[in-house]
Amino acid sequence: MVLIPAGSYRPLFRSEKEPKTIEVAAFYLDARPVTNGEFLEFVRAKPQWLRSAVKRLFADKAYLQHWAGDLELPEPASQSAKQPAVFVSWFAAKAYCAWKDKRLPSTIEWERAAGAGFTVADGTKDTEFGTAIMRWYSTPSPEALPAAGSGKANFFGAHDLHGLIWEWTGDFNSAIVSGDARGDTDLDRGLFCGAGSLGAKDTGNFPAFMRFGMRSSLKAGYTIHNLGFRCARDASASPSPVATEISPRKQP
Amino acid sequence: MNITRLLAVTIASLSLLPSAFSAEPPPATPAALPGPEAKGTDPEVIGEEKAVLTAAPNVPPPIKRKHAAKVIVNLEVREVVKRMADGVDYLFWTFGGEVPGLFIRVREGDQVEFHLANHQTSKMPHNIDLHAVTGPGGGAASSFTAPGHESQFSFKALNPGLFVYHCATAPVGMHVANGMYGLILVEPKEGLSAVDKEYYVMQGDFYTKGKFGEEGLQPFDMEKAVDEKPSYVLFNGAVGSLVGDKALKAKVGERVRLFVGNGGPNLTSSFHVIGEIFDKVYQEGGMKFAQENVQTTLVPAGGSAITEFRVDVPGTFILVDHALFRAFNKGALGMLKVEGPADLLVYSGKEVDATYLGDSAFTGAQGKVAALEAQMKKAIAGDPKIAAMGKEIIMEKGKRIYSQTCFACHQAEGQGLPGVFPPLAKSDYLMADKARVIRGVIRGQAGEMTVNGQKYNGVMPPVMLNDEQIAHVVTYVMNAWGNSGDIVTVDEVQKIHAESANQ
Repeated sequence: MVLIPAGSYRPLFRSEKEPKTIEVAAFYLDARPVTNGEFLEFVRAKPQWLRSAVKRLFADKAYLQHWAGDLELPEPASQSAKQPAVFVSWFAAKAYCAWKDKRLPSTIEWERAAGAGFTVADGTKDTEFGTAIMRWYSTPSPEALPAAGSGKANFFGAHDLHGLIWEWTGDFNSAIVSGDARGDTDLDRGLFCGAGSLGAKDTGNFPAFMRFGMRSSLKAGYTIHNLGFRCARDASASPSPVATEISPRKQP
Repeated sequence: MNITRLLAVTIASLSLLPSAFSAEPPPATPAALPGPEAKGTDPEVIGEEKAVLTAAPNVPPPIKRKHAAKVIVNLEVREVVKRMADGVDYLFWTFGGEVPGLFIRVREGDQVEFHLANHQTSKMPHNIDLHAVTGPGGGAASSFTAPGHESQFSFKALNPGLFVYHCATAPVGMHVANGMYGLILVEPKEGLSAVDKEYYVMQGDFYTKGKFGEEGLQPFDMEKAVDEKPSYVLFNGAVGSLVGDKALKAKVGERVRLFVGNGGPNLTSSFHVIGEIFDKVYQEGGMKFAQENVQTTLVPAGGSAITEFRVDVPGTFILVDHALFRAFNKGALGMLKVEGPADLLVYSGKEVDATYLGDSAFTGAQGKVAALEAQMKKAIAGDPKIAAMGKEIIMEKGKRIYSQTCFACHQAEGQGLPGVFPPLAKSDYLMADKARVIRGVIRGQAGEMTVNGQKYNGVMPPVMLNDEQIAHVVTYVMNAWGNSGDIVTVDEVQKIHAESANQ
C-alpha cells in the first residue's frame, strides 16, 4: 500500500453553500488494482463468492464471466493472474476488502489519490499526465488488459488509477451530494446535457466528468469488463503486514 | 398531455437514481422500477411492430399505417474505430455502429418502446436524449446505461417533425463530438407527400489532435472542441462519405427529399446544394409551414431541416455547408448525381467563352509561401516511409485530390466538356509534356491550346495544392482512364515550383 498524505480535495460538484475544498485525512491505498490471482484466493476462502454460488442480488449474471470456471482463471493463467480483477460487483469488492481487513476507498479519497500527476502532487500542473489520461478515452478497449501495476506510478506511488480500468469506490453512487434541492432531488439535472456543468468547479475537467458519469450509471450488483477495484485503509491502522503481502514485486 | 404516462416516466427515472444521501447503495433489485405495465394501455394504439432502422444515407420506407401502433426500437451503442478520412481513423462513439446513428421513423401518436443497449466492450456509460420525446431529459435519465447493460423506456410520439437524438451523458459535448447523434422522424398522421427519393444527411464537427488529413488513429482534442475550432466538418461521419460511388443518386424529373440533421456539437450549418433551389424547406424540422424557393437553409446544432426539390437537369450537384472553408478544407462536401436528358432551356451550358485576364500577379506572397512549402516538403520527401510509398497509394491519394479539386471542370472520368474544358483522359496535350502539366497546375493555364485536335481557349486558375498533393494528382491524371505515364515525384514538382517562384 502507499500512503496518501492528508490533503485537500476540490469537489467537482458542489453547491454554493458548500466549501470549495474538503480536507481528506491521510490513508493507505493499494498501489495497484486487485488482480484476478488475488481475487481467486478470495473466492477460494469465501465460497459464497464463487461464480456459481453468488446470490444474484449481489452480482449480476456477468460476474467473473471472463474466468474459465469457478476456480479457473482464463488462459494463460500466468498472464491473467496479474491482470486486474474485473466483472466484479460492488458487493464483491467490498467483501474482498473486508476479508483483507481493509475497506473500499471513498470517492473523495480515490479522487484525491488520482488527482496527483506523475511528478507533482497536483496533477493539473502536469501536462504529460493530463494527456495520458485523455488518451485512454480515445483508444478502443484492448483485447487483453495489461497487468495491474504496469502503468507509470503517480506522485504518491500508486499505479493505474487512470488508463487501465474504472474502479469501484465505497460511496460510488453518492457522488453528487449537495445541500440544495437542485443537487439532491434532481440528480439527473446534474448529470445530463448542459446541466452537467451546473455547479461544477471545473467544466474543462472532462475525465472527472466521465468518472462521475460512469459511477452514476452503476448499481451495486453490476459487473463490467473494465470495472475493478482496489482497497484502502485508515492511516491510523498499521499497513505494514498487508503491504508486504500485496506489493506487486512480491507477486509470483 | 397524458398525465399518467408522464408520472410513470418520472417515477421510473427517479427510482433509477441512487439516493444522494445514503452511504450504502440501494439493493440492485429490479423491483424498484415500476415496470412496463405501470403506464397502462393507450386506447389509440393498435398492433405492434419493430422499427426498421437504416444507416445514412438511407431512410426507412414511409409509414403506410393509418393508425397509431406500438413500435419497438432496438438501438445498440458501440464504441468503434472507423475511417474519418483516407488514412485517418477515429474512435467513434455511435448509435448502431454508424455516424450519424441509425435513422428511426415512427408515426404521430405511436407508442414507442425504446430499448437502448450499451455494448459490453464500451468504456463509457451512455444514454439517449430524443428531441421527439416529451418528458424530462428526453429519455436521458431513463436510458442511462452502463457498459454491458440495457435500458428500456416508452414514450408517445406527440409532435410530428424531424428530430435530433443524441447522447446526453456528461461531458455531453464530447459524447456528441465523438459522433453520438442521429435523426428520428415522427411522420404526421396524414403522412408526407410522395417523393421519388429520400435521403439522410447529417453534419457534425470533429476535433482531432492532428490537423485535417494527418494520418493514424486520431485522439479527441478537448482544447479545440472547447475553442470550437474543428479539424473536420463532415457529412455522414467521414470525408467522402457522399462522393464518387457513394454519391446520392436521382434521375431527371424526380422529386428528392433530404432529411438534413446537424449533430454539432458546435457549428450551425448553412446547408446548400450547389446548382439547386429547394422547392420547399420545412425549416428546423417542423411540419406546419414550408418555406418555398430556398437557396441555403440554416440547420442549428441539435436541429434539422427537411428540403424537397425536383431535379430538372442532369449533372453533379454538390452538397455543402456554405460556410465554405468547411466544405473545401474540412470535408463538408457531398454529391448528388442526376442522370437523364439535358434541358437546355433550363440550363444551356457555356454559350460564350472568351479570355479575360485581370491582374494575375500573385508571385510575391505566393513565391514566399512556395519556398517555405518546398522546404517543408523536402523534409517530408526525405522520410523513407513516404519515399517508399507505392504508386497505388499515390494514385488513391491523387484520386481523392482530383475528386475534390479538378473533377468539377475536367469531369469524373477525365473526359472534360467538349469545347469548354479539355479532356485529360487519353489527352495528347497532357501526355506530351509532364513539366508543362505540373507548371499548369502550379501557375494556371490560359490561352489557346489544341487537345486531341480540338481547340480550347479557356482559363484555369492556379490550383492551391502543396507540392506533394500536386505530385499525387498529376501522377493520378497521367495514369488514370487509360493514360499511362510514370510517377511524378515531389522533387520534380518542387523544382518547377522553385522556377516559377523565381520568374
